[in-house]
Amino acid sequence: MAAITSDNHGLRLVTRYVVLTLIAIIFVFPLIFMVMSSFKPDLQLLRDTSGIRAFLPVGDISLNNYVAAFERAPVALFVFNSVLVTGVTVLLSLLLCSMAAFSFVFLQWRGRNVLLSIIIATLIVPFETIAIPLLLLVSKLPWIGFDGFTIGWLNSYRVQIIPWIADGLTIFLFVQFFKDLPRDLIEASRVEGASWWQIYTKVVMPLSGPVIATAAILKFLVMYNQYLWPLIVVQEETYRPVMVGLQYFFQLNTAWGEVMAYLTVITVPVLTFYLILQRAFIASIASTGVKG
Amino acid sequence: MKLKTTLVAALLGTTGFAGTATAQTELTMWYHGGGNEVESNILNSIVSDFNASQGDWMVSVESFPQGSYNDSVVAAALAGNLPCILDVDGPVMPNWAWAGYMQPLPISDAALDGHLDSTIGRWNGEVYSVGLWEAAVALYARQSTLDALGLRTPTLDAPWTGDEFMAALAAAKASGEYEFALDPGMAWTGEWYPYAFSPFLQSFGGDIVDRSTYQTAEGALNGDAALAFGDWWQSLFTEGYAPGTSQDPADRDTGFIDGKYAFSWNGNWAGVATLDGGVDDVVFLPAPDFGNGSVIGAGSWQFGASGTCPHPDGVAAFVEHALQDQYLAAFSDGIGLIPSTTEAAAMTKNYAAGGALQPFFGLSEAQALVRPVSPGYVVAAKVFEKALADIANGADVADTLDAAVDEINADIERNGGYGH
Repeated sequence: MAAITSDNHGLRLVTRYVVLTLIAIIFVFPLIFMVMSSFKPDLQLLRDTSGIRAFLPVGDISLNNYVAAFERAPVALFVFNSVLVTGVTVLLSLLLCSMAAFSFVFLQWRGRNVLLSIIIATLIVPFETIAIPLLLLVSKLPWIGFDGFTIGWLNSYRVQIIPWIADGLTIFLFVQFFKDLPRDLIEASRVEGASWWQIYTKVVMPLSGPVIATAAILKFLVMYNQYLWPLIVVQEETYRPVMVGLQYFFQLNTAWGEVMAYLTVITVPVLTFYLILQRAFIASIASTGVKG
Repeated sequence: MKLKTTLVAALLGTTGFAGTATAQTELTMWYHGGGNEVESNILNSIVSDFNASQGDWMVSVESFPQGSYNDSVVAAALAGNLPCILDVDGPVMPNWAWAGYMQPLPISDAALDGHLDSTIGRWNGEVYSVGLWEAAVALYARQSTLDALGLRTPTLDAPWTGDEFMAALAAAKASGEYEFALDPGMAWTGEWYPYAFSPFLQSFGGDIVDRSTYQTAEGALNGDAALAFGDWWQSLFTEGYAPGTSQDPADRDTGFIDGKYAFSWNGNWAGVATLDGGVDDVVFLPAPDFGNGSVIGAGSWQFGASGTCPHPDGVAAFVEHALQDQYLAAFSDGIGLIPSTTEAAAMTKNYAAGGALQPFFGLSEAQALVRPVSPGYVVAAKVFEKALADIANGADVADTLDAAVDEINADIERNGGYGH
């Protein structure tokens, strides 16, 4: 009987690993294809797509596509722009959305439930439906900067950052997480004489690592993958992000090897960011059931 | 006194310098060639030459990647942020002119002498844009294939008839040498469909819209000629002559070079890659004549003045400068497109007499027909694309073309006839 149980356990283990390996292959192979193709000349890349060679570093391998990609477009500038816009937006979003959520959960004020419902309802509004009204708005907004007083935010970093700081999903994530924090902790802090600001900074946020990681990763992905918004509000190359920059590689005859090299380069920040936060991200998903 | 004199001199000097520096009025220019280093370099040299050649205008260029260019222009028009000089794709120009994104270009007739007609963008009887180059489509084949199949080599004067063309496809299929006899380029979606395939419809006697009024597609896209075209188009796929809409894009790029296809319907921009791919005996054949002449699409990128530009005369001055043969030849040598004058063609390595791509210049001269010159074309083109894809996938020809006509007509009506 013990032997049968042991055999079943072993079989289940093998089956589990086989299934997990197959799933991993499905998810990893596109990445392998991208990286391997980035080292191959176009004709070879296209011919290899019909077989296993597409996933192997075989044939005429070189870094030529990377050199050509950096010559074709200001890749470093695009990556810098995206990382800057994404980084600033994520930081400001975490700060402001968590403060908003703190207010919704812990402060008592009239209409907060209605307002929270409205904010959450914005999740069902596709961005495409508000893109044009938002474009018309930002093109007329005033600004005071190094150039003095100006009208219109087009062609700037701020137009890519400010409209994206607050969003319903991030506020919702923080609200859900804050609701699960022990009330006694907050009340004890109040009894001890802590201000709301102190409770927010010293008590609530230090306990919110998982939701911060989740919100940061989700926001990072949204911002790093921005295409439509920067496309319509940024006309100067100086401020273009990576996804708009991808279009530089689709000419009459698409340079597929350079496309793959460019994609490989711009994937590095995403993978790095995810690897840094993955433990907290997985912990948060496991505890809240949020799916990215 | 000496100090005073020096100060006055310095003041006059700086004022004079500033006066020189600001004498040139800046003209911002948007260009679709972002990511094409060769193209950008040539354009930048033209702009530098222009800026140095006169004291009235100073052009500054902002390049956009082609794939997102039109969307950027439309968004900028909405936001009131258009530049002075616009780069516009030929068939899109009437829409931008009608929408007020562009204004007539006050260019002299003399500057346009000798240019391929399809490189001049006209709308409502006025010139709005002018192109430095043209593109053309041809039937790619190997001379060895024609010889092996015993096929006559068609010429501009004597293209294949529809029957000869179908006989050629049948012979290629019967030879068993190829996966498909013809590669029409089904993997390329978007503007390729109306650009490359509507000439077949026109050769049958139909069209995307009725060009006599531009108020309807009735009869043009669903008349007898169009139905005959639709049946023929569908037969390419049902008879197994051509790969369908699920064609692998990789096969589109290399299938002809690899010998998977006997014939390929492709543009001049693929010519150099085909030669580099080792197809030494490639021949560029004219479109078959299905009864109403051989036709290929026409109209490429052109320059014009935006609707908000206060200096259309400055734009015209720049365009006239850019139309010099030396620049047309430089663009052609750099990016492989067809120069818009015979003189410039003679200066190029590919389109001069005996050049590898010289047949394309003849094709543009003899067979080019611009796509419908109407603001509604941008919508009609998408409807046409979907109809052709549906028919290729087995949809009923008559029903599909009738539905396409209804959709195009509804759009024309919604937009008050588009100003025709």
